[in-house]
Amino acid sequence: MNLSMIAYIVGCVLEIEAALLLLPAGIGLLHGEQTGWAFLAVAAGAALIGLIVVLRRPKNTSFFAREGLVATALSWLVMSAVGAIPFRITGQIPHYLDALFEMVSGFTTTGASILLELERLDKCMLFWRSFSHWIGGMGVLVFMLAILPLAGSSGQNLYLMRAESPGPTVDKLSPKMRSSAAWLYGIYLGLSLLDFTLLMIGGMTAFDAACLTFGTAGTGGFGVVGSSFAGYSMMCKVVTTIFMLLFGMNFNLYYLLILRRFRDALKMSEIRWYLLVFLFASGTILLNLRGAGILGRDAQPIDAFFSVSSIMTTTGYATVDFDRWPTYSRMILVAIMFSGACAGSTGGGIKISRFMIYFKAVSKELRRMAHPRSVRHLRIDGKRVEDGTMQNTFVYLVVFVAIYAASVLILALDDFDPTTTFTAVAATINNIGPGLGRVGPAGNFSGFSYLSKCVLIFDMLAGRLEIYPLVIFFLPSTWRKQA
Amino acid sequence: MNIIVVGCGKVGLTLARQLRQEDHAITIIDVDKDRLEAAVGAMDIQGVLGNGTSHRVLVEAGVEQADLLIAVTDHDEQNMLACLIAKKAAGCQVIARVRNPSYYEDIDFIKGELGLSMVINPEWAAAQDIYRLLQIPSALDVDTFDRSQVNMLRFQIQPESPLDGKNMMAVNSMLGGRMLVCIREREGQIVIPRGSTELRAGDKISVIIPRVEIAAVLHRLKLRQVPIRSVMVAGGGSTTEYLTGLLQRSGVQVKILESNMDRCEVLAERLPKAQVIHGDSTDRQILQEEGLPNAEAFVCATGIDEENIMLALYAARVSGAKVITKISRIDFEEVVEDLNLGSVVYPKNITAENIVRFVRALGNASGNNVETLYQLLDGRVEAMEFVVQPSAAAVTGIKLQELGLKKDLLVCCINRKGKIITPTGQDTLEIGDIVVIVTTAKGIRDLGDIVR
Repeated sequence: MNLSMIAYIVGCVLEIEAALLLLPAGIGLLHGEQTGWAFLAVAAGAALIGLIVVLRRPKNTSFFAREGLVATALSWLVMSAVGAIPFRITGQIPHYLDALFEMVSGFTTTGASILLELERLDKCMLFWRSFSHWIGGMGVLVFMLAILPLAGSSGQNLYLMRAESPGPTVDKLSPKMRSSAAWLYGIYLGLSLLDFTLLMIGGMTAFDAACLTFGTAGTGGFGVVGSSFAGYSMMCKVVTTIFMLLFGMNFNLYYLLILRRFRDALKMSEIRWYLLVFLFASGTILLNLRGAGILGRDAQPIDAFFSVSSIMTTTGYATVDFDRWPTYSRMILVAIMFSGACAGSTGGGIKISRFMIYFKAVSKELRRMAHPRSVRHLRIDGKRVEDGTMQNTFVYLVVFVAIYAASVLILALDDFDPTTTFTAVAATINNIGPGLGRVGPAGNFSGFSYLSKCVLIFDMLAGRLEIYPLVIFFLPSTWRKQA
Repeated sequence: MNIIVVGCGKVGLTLARQLRQEDHAITIIDVDKDRLEAAVGAMDIQGVLGNGTSHRVLVEAGVEQADLLIAVTDHDEQNMLACLIAKKAAGCQVIARVRNPSYYEDIDFIKGELGLSMVINPEWAAAQDIYRLLQIPSALDVDTFDRSQVNMLRFQIQPESPLDGKNMMAVNSMLGGRMLVCIREREGQIVIPRGSTELRAGDKISVIIPRVEIAAVLHRLKLRQVPIRSVMVAGGGSTTEYLTGLLQRSGVQVKILESNMDRCEVLAERLPKAQVIHGDSTDRQILQEEGLPNAEAFVCATGIDEENIMLALYAARVSGAKVITKISRIDFEEVVEDLNLGSVVYPKNITAENIVRFVRALGNASGNNVETLYQLLDGRVEAMEFVVQPSAAAVTGIKLQELGLKKDLLVCCINRKGKIITPTGQDTLEIGDIVVIVTTAKGIRDLGDIVR
């Protein structure tokens, strides 16, 4: 294992974070808040430490899959740990572990909060919380690949991108890593600006529009007021419903559209499945709400679409307290928590493309039972899914369930009701934010013990990095010396 | 520049690596998933799985945005077809590898009809390289600069050589400026020499000599210059076939050892004047019987690199022959160098040199293109030939010592209207000159790049 190269990458990440911390510092100073200085101080500290590490550029730059996974996990841990410091030193969040929970929730685009009253937080703190969604959405390592000439022309940085980007298979958009990463960030930035403009037109203040755009783009979900999205205009809700859906789509789609390969873009079956699931879920919830007599009284049709879009893309904004909806609607929402968004998007969850593989693999296996000699390949978009990818996808599900079960057991020690315990883990490991019961849209995560919070922090990181980097990082055999 | 490479074999990979180092965007196409995965994991390029002769696959690889397509699969037919499709579908520049001698005979026709920008044939290039080495047997390497009519020779300084212990100034005065030392290698270190650089027995040096002076210079250096009259070749592949053709044209006798009887029949039919021996070239008995100990030159050109290396070591032990080894596949150039095999020919590198030169010229608008390019010593040194065009006004008419040339860059030779000048600091470059430059600096595309 090339530790000096890993340290170098983490050093680069620290430098980038230091630069990003200047933004909330500026917002704080603009609003005349003393807490802005805390960001400046932490930025200076991070820059200094990062510089010390980066200046010792490693001689041995060899870098393989294992280093990529470890560097990714470590970068995210360090980034969250540093990002949480301003909350603690200004006393806005008194306990460091709470601050860390909030920050991990931010970077992993979960949006689960331990804060009781958002209105008591300074503007710069709110901004940093939401901004962390935007950074975490596309990933800081991808950003690094876009701006730093890391390892030059070798292919080693592909391991970093694979470790950070979601989906069963990750490939570059264009031959050069740097331009691929730049494309991704370009698309990301463009869509975000469009969203911001439309929210401004919808009547939001610039500050709210910026923060909520960050949450939408990263599919995060931190609001700026306790009532999340309920108080905004109809237009803002419609715009956000659509943009959450857009950010939950595979970014390859936008790249194909830019290249004017419309036919290929239309053929992306993951997008079609994704939209089908969206329409099915919102349709049945609408019918269910109408049957229960809630529609028109406590909830409008837009609320159903908004909630489905918000949960499915794992954003976690709420216009109404869907915890008061009938059981069927709530179960649909829990189901789409797991399906999640598309691979290659900023969303979380298990991902639609994995479910496509599960579905097709099961139907292939059933067919093989009826026709034991049939030879058949599993295909997605006309391309064969390799056996290795399929195995990896199934193992992913097993590890996912194992972590899920273990987390639920530990959380159960806090002795909350089963719905709360179950959905608290679902809402964090899928990077959504609100669950049901005490962690529903109207509640929050402050009631859990610190042990449970640690478990949830792990779950959020595992969910965002798609489990493997974090598991490999904590595996003792990774750190053993090997020949 | 966007470049598509079809075929992920040894030549394809070498090309992808070299061109990526020159900062081009490379997409590589192959049907073998594992090979593709390995390539994409090792360098920053994109891989597309599929058959490069399929239009759909080419489009997926971005042929519509590509500037150049290079087809280097194992099959000539596939290469030509891939080029044809790319040319018709996207109109990009195309380069094909064609190595089957029966296609290569009509290569000008094929090139014209298919619209190929360039045809590469590593076996043909290797045969030419070996042929040049056989003409100047005392050299380890011979590289030719056709425009300026000079050759670059590389040889090792022997203990009794007049060069032993001399510095550059002394060497120059001894040879009257007819030879310029442009690279000195000592224990793996490469030096572009200055006036005070000293030479020692055991050093390997590369020198530029005008073609007409070669015989005279070799005589002064007490190096053997008797032309070789007969050659023994182990292995009867395409390289051997091309080489035999070249050698026979200049009246050299060739003896070929080939273990495959069918191949022997083919060789005997196509090369009636050559002596074709059916036998395993790694069999000592056969080598003795066919007279290896008394051979003038021995070329190891079987299809197996390890076998070639063994044969070369054995031949150097039992005979005084000039030994030339062909290495196609294995990647340990520094180890091979340490084995002191004498002359080694790497077909894949010769091919890559030509394509890199072509690509540099394609990407260079000002017209002062590299005419000839050699990447020497594992790519650490480049030797280039330029024609000075009017657009290179920035470097013409100024004395070289006042020009502010890049560090570790040497102007080795100026051909001014047929007269070859070995330049000193007092000389100038003029429009119409043909110059040869040797440097360790990377990525020189234009004559204007030679100044700091």
